[in-house]
Amino acid sequence: MAITPLQDPPISKRLAKNIKRNFIERIIEIILLFAALAATFITLGIVYILVTEASGFFKEVSVIEFLTSRQWSPLFEDAHYGILPLVSGTLTTSFVALMIAIPIGTIAAIYLSEFASHKTREAVKPILELLVGVPTVVFGYFTLLFVTPLLQKLNPDLPTFNMLGAGIVMGVMIIPYIASVAEDAMRAVPMHMREGSYAMGATKFQTAIRVVTPAATSGIIAAYILGISRAVGETMVVAIAAGQQPSFTFNPLEGAATITAYIVQVAMGDLPHGSLGYQSIFAAGMVLFILTFLFNILGHMARKRFAERY
Amino acid sequence: MSENKLNIKAEAKNLNFFYANGTKALKNVSLPVYENKITALIGPSGCGKSTFLRCFNRMHDLYPGNRYEGQILLHPDNTNVLGKGVDPIEVRMRISMVFQKPNPFPKSIYENVAYGLRVRGERSKSAVDDKVEEALKGASLWNEVKSRLQDLAFNLSGGQQQRLCIARALATDPEIMLFDEPTSALDPIATVNIEELMSGLKNKLSILVVTHNMQQAARISDYTAYMYLGEMIEFDATDKIFTNPSRKETEDYITGKFG
Amino acid sequence: MVKDKMDSEFSLIKPKTLNEVRAMIRKHKRNDFIFSSIGLLTIIFALLTLLILFVDLVMDGYPKLNYEFFTDFPSRRAAHAGILSAWVGSSLIMLVTFITAVPMGVAAGVYLEEYAPKNWFTDIIEINVTNLSGVPSIIYGLLALGLFVYTFHLGQTIVTAGLTLGLLMLPIVIVSTREAIRSIPIAIREAAYAVGATKWQVVLHHVIQYSFGGILTGIIIGMARALGETAPIITVGALTFIAFLPPAPISSSAPFISFEWLQSGFTVLPIQMFSWLSRPEHAFHINAAAAGVVIIMLTLLMNGTAIWLRYRIRKNIKW
Repeated sequence: MAITPLQDPPISKRLAKNIKRNFIERIIEIILLFAALAATFITLGIVYILVTEASGFFKEVSVIEFLTSRQWSPLFEDAHYGILPLVSGTLTTSFVALMIAIPIGTIAAIYLSEFASHKTREAVKPILELLVGVPTVVFGYFTLLFVTPLLQKLNPDLPTFNMLGAGIVMGVMIIPYIASVAEDAMRAVPMHMREGSYAMGATKFQTAIRVVTPAATSGIIAAYILGISRAVGETMVVAIAAGQQPSFTFNPLEGAATITAYIVQVAMGDLPHGSLGYQSIFAAGMVLFILTFLFNILGHMARKRFAERY
Repeated sequence: MSENKLNIKAEAKNLNFFYANGTKALKNVSLPVYENKITALIGPSGCGKSTFLRCFNRMHDLYPGNRYEGQILLHPDNTNVLGKGVDPIEVRMRISMVFQKPNPFPKSIYENVAYGLRVRGERSKSAVDDKVEEALKGASLWNEVKSRLQDLAFNLSGGQQQRLCIARALATDPEIMLFDEPTSALDPIATVNIEELMSGLKNKLSILVVTHNMQQAARISDYTAYMYLGEMIEFDATDKIFTNPSRKETEDYITGKFG
Repeated sequence: MVKDKMDSEFSLIKPKTLNEVRAMIRKHKRNDFIFSSIGLLTIIFALLTLLILFVDLVMDGYPKLNYEFFTDFPSRRAAHAGILSAWVGSSLIMLVTFITAVPMGVAAGVYLEEYAPKNWFTDIIEINVTNLSGVPSIIYGLLALGLFVYTFHLGQTIVTAGLTLGLLMLPIVIVSTREAIRSIPIAIREAAYAVGATKWQVVLHHVIQYSFGGILTGIIIGMARALGETAPIITVGALTFIAFLPPAPISSSAPFISFEWLQSGFTVLPIQMFSWLSRPEHAFHINAAAAGVVIIMLTLLMNGTAIWLRYRIRKNIKW
């Protein structure tokens, strides 16, 4: 073997770092970084504006009244600023929606993942996606002028604006979200787990319920959290069909305003910038933001706890 | 075997390599790569031969946290491939690689081979055309594809795809070609084609090939290195390694006592 | 002796006769069948709702679906009201939305997949993107109102609306870009590097090209969503009675392209539908239904295209 000298060899010109090329590469990387930071800026913007306007609101309104009063009438002479009626409206409609969406969505997901033939699944999944794409204002129309009259045939005392109809349609709207995410989670469970079950003489139903669904718990929880977020944040269906009068009630057969519906109502009116009424929508919005944020965190924690280990 | 003067094209000197998680995958490896010869790296799974190969074209740089110690010197300019001031891009323009599983780009056959030239800024269509043809001929693929250069590379068979990858690596006139188990994913007939190809290529450049298949090493290589657990155990002319190895570890592996 | 002992120890588990086993299997299979039927029913229920919704809209809005509907401005007289200003507004706003969301979203997706190091800084960015996907659209409306309209003085204009919808669409583009890029095998990337390409060359010539279809799918879905959304822009001055069109972007005299339209008031299809729906008169409900048909057909078309595109990509690329 040849013997080579021991000192560090000189750097050949061709192999020396090409300064110009590296500089351009770095510039490109920085531009891309700024694009990625945009997402962070948006969150910051949201938090900033909510906090700023809401703090202006809370200079005039006590937090205690805000959180405990059962009357919300900021635009009246004798104004009251309790957020509870709006929260009750949101929770009631969401509850009705989830009572429909969670069972049906889960069953649909299990069916698609474990029972349906390949052809059926390939045909149904796109249609579910199309359902997801239907604008919510269209669902609002459907609620007001089709579902509510139908319900009124069953219960003539039902007011035109009620939380039941809105909740039902919202539930139907959310079914494809839950079904789709839960189904993906179940499909991700490896075949060998199912094989172990079948090899012991279990049927499809037993395998689906005892093996696949528990294994996909984390993804199913994610699906439910997604559904809850959608329900709580839904605006148009409830603004059109659930009612515009804030009322502290958990009875779906009545009409009530949700947090989102209130914001829409005020925004459509003519409130001067900086007035208390104007700031009230930001206070309401902040409550909504905190609610959905909390649900997301809960979901994240739950997912970690049930994380798949296969 | 010709009795020309034996030049060293590249050599690893006291090479240590650490993966990002701290594992020391290569321990003080030294090895010469002779010009216009085929050098084979053999050894059991996990002995570090692929890791060693990928040091030559700085592939490890793509994954943060990896660390080299030691030198890989390129001759005649005596450059240290692993040196701090050395641009990996330039290294890869001098040393090219063929991978274990054929990985052509989802582009046409022509574009696959031309890509290396485009990256170097070659604009003249006729120059690129010539080079593509030359490379495809060098990879013994020209006759099979000359009438369908615009076809998608994916439509070729496994063996043809691997030859296409060889053509792609050839198009840039590399000084050294690295082969990482090039035939392990191919059928026996395709394997023979590639082996013949490699034997022909060594006249133009130097070859370092990692192989799991001892018989293949014996068939095509001039020099063989046996590695085990990250260390270079023995390096010698192929004939000697396979008939009369100096180290017992080498002999045990060659005779199949373990592996 | 031993057998007797074993029998008494395990006496709780009675060995089943063949008939008993077969009966149990039959029962289990019946459960299978029952559940399968229920499952099928839920699917049919979901599909049926979509169908009924669509048919209901069409039947209600049918009288108004004619040429005049598309060329009339909204009017106090329901019979003469049309969606001209609405669909023009929607189109112009979608343009601004596209320009806002697509370059930034693709660039962000590329950065996160190809360049971002694995540290806390990147984690924060990723958490933000995930979080934003779950933020209710009305919150974007508040952001638009408070920040864009007032703090930034952009006014209740097309540019504000387009910007807001663009931000709404951004997480969708980022996520689909990332997923499309992730499906590219490492082997292809290594092959490109091995030939001497720089990082940006690999991204430009390979990564973006191969993930283009997936990215496009995400863009179409995002745009369809932006078209149908009401909440984010209803806070930006829901001027629901717009009987004028924004100034044209192209003029016949120099400098040929004008940007005045960006600062114009606007209305969009969903807001117009909402406004008509809020009126008690039945005649306006017909208008709302007709507008709904237009909106739903557009969104179905766009989503359908995206789904078809995704299907084609999966068929063609065999890694």
